[in-house]
Amino acid sequence: MNNANNTACCCPTDATATRTTPQMEEPTPPSLVKYVAGVVALIAAWWLIYSQLQPFAGFFTRTLSRWTGFSPEGHLGSAVTFFVFETPKVLMLLTLVVFGVGLVRSFFTPERTRAILAGKRESIGNVLAALLGIVTPFCSCSAVPLFLGFVTTGVPLGVTFSFLISAPMVNEIAVVLLYGLFGWKIAAIYMSTGLVIAMVAGWVIGRLKMERHLEEWVYQIQAGKVEVEASTQDWVGRIRYGFEAVRDIVGKVWLYVVLGIAVGAGIHGYVPEGLMASFMGKSAWWSVPASVLIGIPMYSNAAGIIPIVQALLEKGAALGTVLAFMMSVIALSLPEAIILRKVLKPRLIATFIGVVGAGILLVGYIFNYFV
Amino acid sequence: MEIKVLGPGCAKCHQTEDVVREAVADAGIAADIEKVTDMMKIAGYGVLSTPAVVVNGEVKSLGKVPKKQEVLEWLK
Repeated sequence: MNNANNTACCCPTDATATRTTPQMEEPTPPSLVKYVAGVVALIAAWWLIYSQLQPFAGFFTRTLSRWTGFSPEGHLGSAVTFFVFETPKVLMLLTLVVFGVGLVRSFFTPERTRAILAGKRESIGNVLAALLGIVTPFCSCSAVPLFLGFVTTGVPLGVTFSFLISAPMVNEIAVVLLYGLFGWKIAAIYMSTGLVIAMVAGWVIGRLKMERHLEEWVYQIQAGKVEVEASTQDWVGRIRYGFEAVRDIVGKVWLYVVLGIAVGAGIHGYVPEGLMASFMGKSAWWSVPASVLIGIPMYSNAAGIIPIVQALLEKGAALGTVLAFMMSVIALSLPEAIILRKVLKPRLIATFIGVVGAGILLVGYIFNYFV
Repeated sequence: MEIKVLGPGCAKCHQTEDVVREAVADAGIAADIEKVTDMMKIAGYGVLSTPAVVVNGEVKSLGKVPKKQEVLEWLK
């Protein structure tokens, strides 16, 4: 499934440092002090650099324009300024948040999430599952075992879907990029509507009683249970986990971010104001369903799509249309459907795409016409 | 000794298999290493996140590429 979680398997090393070896338990308090001091120093350095980005971007463009003679206000100038400022800004925000989320995720594992969800009633289960989807480490290559592990141990089908929808859609990368490029309001809107879609779509799928549209062999599994020992992770382990998450996730998505910002910079500098208004604006009612349809087969993670989307919005595309496009690209994807085809019959896959797609459509229209 | 590496075939699963093979070679012991890609079997172990490593029927690690040091511990 997507998001940070992309075609490739992306789970950072797991929090269940199952049965750590004695050598690894060695680091005791002095080492924790060292780690915390290191983190504090890094965050201080982060602030210092981050606060200098804007002046630096201005200085860089002015210097460049003096040497090469292009105008900082022209097409190329505004594209370059956009790129030089946004790239380090977004990458730095991403690093900080991935680290923070890594710390939070070290408290959660898919096994623990399952234990929380097993036997929950549907409505409450849907809400919980969508929320847990944000904090549980999850990766696309684990989608099938996770799905099986959930449904064979008493997590209702609809609740499982709430989790599977929320986990890729509402993720830290999307939220950071939205915050960095659009501000906190749009980040909050995206996050809350994403959660609502996950809760409601999962609930609807549960209501539809689609259990018989799972492949038969799913029911023959006698799932053994891995006993989940309380994650005995200490704080050194958690901090390490955070750093590893940064290495894994930022190491994987930085290129998409840079490419996305480059395309966004191009749109920013060259596409005339208002061009998008005619076919992605509020007045074009068909633009919302069209965005959803175009978004389904497209497969990108939040990192690549959001900078492009920001530039579109700036040129007159309507917020609802843009949100719908983004959600559709991130939450619904062909590779995901193919992975899930192993356990779901076509009817259930179609229902899944249909229900989530309808939710996204609704969000698009609500934002175009009521906000 | 019987070691199973569970995973549908993502990059991390291959890395895990390599680490396990290296560790076994280092330890100089005889071990059957099997790569399990069949979803049904993987699910049968109750594993929710791959890659996972199972040594003599016991799940030792989940959802991560283990360090060689760790694998060596399990082999003892």
